[in-house]
Amino acid sequence: MKICVTASNSGFGAPVDPHFGRCGYFMFVDPGSMEFESIENRQVSASGGAGVQAAQQVIGKGIDVLITGSVGPNAFSLLLSEGVEIKAFSAGSVLEAIEAYRAGTLETIGAANSAGKSGV
Amino acid sequence: MKIAIASGKGGTGKTTVAVNLALALGNAQLLDCDVEEPNCNLFLGFNLKKEEDVNITVPEVDSGKCTLCGKCAEFCQYNAIAKLPRSLMLFPKLCHGCGGCVLVCPENAIIEEKRSIGILEKGTSERFNIELLQGTLNIGEPMASPVIRQLKAHIDESTVAIIDSPPGTACPVIASVAEMDYCVLVTEPTPFGLNDLILAVDVVRQLDILFGVVINRHGLGDGRVEEYCQSEGVPILMKIPYDRKIAILYSKGIPFIEQMPVWKESFRGMYEDICKHVSCKGDF
Repeated sequence: MKICVTASNSGFGAPVDPHFGRCGYFMFVDPGSMEFESIENRQVSASGGAGVQAAQQVIGKGIDVLITGSVGPNAFSLLLSEGVEIKAFSAGSVLEAIEAYRAGTLETIGAANSAGKSGV
Repeated sequence: MKIAIASGKGGTGKTTVAVNLALALGNAQLLDCDVEEPNCNLFLGFNLKKEEDVNITVPEVDSGKCTLCGKCAEFCQYNAIAKLPRSLMLFPKLCHGCGGCVLVCPENAIIEEKRSIGILEKGTSERFNIELLQGTLNIGEPMASPVIRQLKAHIDESTVAIIDSPPGTACPVIASVAEMDYCVLVTEPTPFGLNDLILAVDVVRQLDILFGVVINRHGLGDGRVEEYCQSEGVPILMKIPYDRKIAILYSKGIPFIEQMPVWKESFRGMYEDICKHVSCKGDF
């Protein structure tokens, strides 16, 4: 199983970044072994379509679960089509997010919850 | 003669200046390029008739031919195409219609389809001797510039065209002001007015377009806009006072030159000054 947590920085102690498309880092974590890989998000300052790029990037990593604060409509439709489970967590560290997921206390994000930006 | 009426700050009086200038001159075209919220006709009451649709091209993928190589998604700078493990997903509202995906597809699997993003309308009336051309962007569409460019293609070079630009300094403003002979920047004498005027001046200078300033609601605020214009050598073309009568006429949707004929002469005088400015290429 692979979980992606959006983070402001690299590492388990980093705070979760609530913005999916424009987060600082993607933390890919195997919750069984706690092995992780962190990748910088190159779309932080994209003029538009950051969520689309971010979704392609994390889907390409074969994730099962995404933990973030908010997801825009374009990214949401991509994640939905690939069956990625999206969980809400925005205040705390990456480690706390993973622990909350394991404890089953995170709520599912069932619809796009950010207006997104359509890229003018 | 093509004159754009623009401003950095919104609500400074672009439409007031554009409508009154066009009416004062007569025999003019007025183009409402504020396509996200065209409002010149609030002051004219013309009967508008649809002229044409504004279409942009968006990609359509033949999934039978597509091999999911991902070259199109990689190429698209606007992220309008996403490659998923088993399919492509298109986001038409992110597409700028450049056609690059069609060119880079090695399988010729992408064709371009038309998508309507807005309309152009034309209005005339018995009462006023001007022609109004108005663009309207469909609700929810993000890209105003294609509507503005198509609207400007209707400019009649043999007459005077007055363009009412959107506010700000972003793409729709550039699309409106580009290739005009002159740009009138409307501002108000407030700190906000000055701040956004400075931004707008930066834009028109980069576009290499001659420009001057109209100060609306003169008497309000302070003298810093005038000081700025003096220190930058920017001509002040007109000052419209902060006047109750003008405000009342505006609130009733009446162009103020209609009931304050002395201003008709002022607008004509401003046009003459602009013509002089253009003919001496800035040695004003």
